[in-house]
Amino acid sequence: MNLNATLLGESIAFIVFVIFCMKFVWPPIMAAIEDRQKTIADGLAASERAAKDLELAQDNAKAQLKEAKAQAAEIVDAAKKRETQIIEEAAGKAQTEREKIIASGQAEIESERNRAREELRSQVAVLAVVGAEKILERSIDAATHSDILDKLVAEL
Amino acid sequence: MAADTGSYINHHLTNAQMCMTDSGVAFNKACADAGFWTLHVDTLGWSIVLGLIFLLSFRSVAKKATTGVPGKWQCVVEMIVGFVDTSVKETFHGKNKLIAPLSLTIFVWILLMNMMDWIPVDWIPTVAGLIGQHALGMDPHDVYIKSVPTTDMNMTFAMSLGVFALIIFYSIKIKGFSGFIKELTLQPFNHWAFIPVNFILESVTLLARPVSLALRLFGNLYAAELIFILIATIGIAQLPVHFLWAAFHLLVIPLQAFIFMMLTIVYLSLAHEDH
Repeated sequence: MNLNATLLGESIAFIVFVIFCMKFVWPPIMAAIEDRQKTIADGLAASERAAKDLELAQDNAKAQLKEAKAQAAEIVDAAKKRETQIIEEAAGKAQTEREKIIASGQAEIESERNRAREELRSQVAVLAVVGAEKILERSIDAATHSDILDKLVAEL
Repeated sequence: MAADTGSYINHHLTNAQMCMTDSGVAFNKACADAGFWTLHVDTLGWSIVLGLIFLLSFRSVAKKATTGVPGKWQCVVEMIVGFVDTSVKETFHGKNKLIAPLSLTIFVWILLMNMMDWIPVDWIPTVAGLIGQHALGMDPHDVYIKSVPTTDMNMTFAMSLGVFALIIFYSIKIKGFSGFIKELTLQPFNHWAFIPVNFILESVTLLARPVSLALRLFGNLYAAELIFILIATIGIAQLPVHFLWAAFHLLVIPLQAFIFMMLTIVYLSLAHEDH
């Protein structure tokens, strides 16, 4: 046994070291470790949440894409329907327009013919009168025989 | 040869001593009669230097401990702190701000002191001898230095008595003085007639704690050191043998530090238990 005053010196050193460790070493290191553990735990939770959100968003996007496709198909269908409808309408309009044009053409032709006939009639009447005047010279009074002449004109 | 070997071993196992005599401060052989009031300056010096290395290096981390990405040295320190913290939490379930830093100090300090055992046994005494001879004009055979503080019983007992004081302190604080006395006298036989028997048994149990703590550490490291010194006396053949023995201490050195720490936690946790 070689115990001596060194024991006291070492005891003092031991106590001082432990107190220093307790005051200045352990608490800050432990605080840093616990802080980091908390940060990491939060980070992991956040990433898990983000993964869930991503999944949700992907599902959402898929659903929206599907809907959009359905809408697009609907729109295309409607457009096609409208197209045929427009064509039909246009064809119908063209038909009526055609008939109108034809009718008006015929009416014009008719009226033109009537006018020409009237004109012809009046000219023929004049010609007939002139001819008859020439034949009969002054024997025939235009006023007295106008009824005969009118009859003649109507017969032409 | 035998006498040489004997004095070589003796020289390596003698502490540098310092004491006060009538003619002032005296060293080594002059202190043979100084009795209790002698200081082992090598034990004190090495242990305090190693303790300061521990505290300052850990303090440097504590001061700029970042909660973000830690540096390499911070990782090492945090691993050790985390290891000690886990050991404490697994064994001690109460609330106590002292036990964890106490355990850390004990573990790292003992580990560092034990690690001095790996330095080849002749290096430090030889260097110290040369310094003593040329700088101080001493006979190199009169320069003693033991570089492993845990091979000095003063060192191990200082720590174990510190722990013992804490055991008593917490026993009385938690259970009250009467509770502490009851624990010493009414166990294991709970009958008034057995009080003396109980007291003897429990006192031995209680006193065995610091004694076994100190002697276990001292014995292991003293034996290790002694065998390192013996190996150093066998000439060139020492190289592989020394290597093997040093490699074996990869196990012994941390294990002894761990045992001291673990038993401290267990004893203090027992002191906190109220029956």
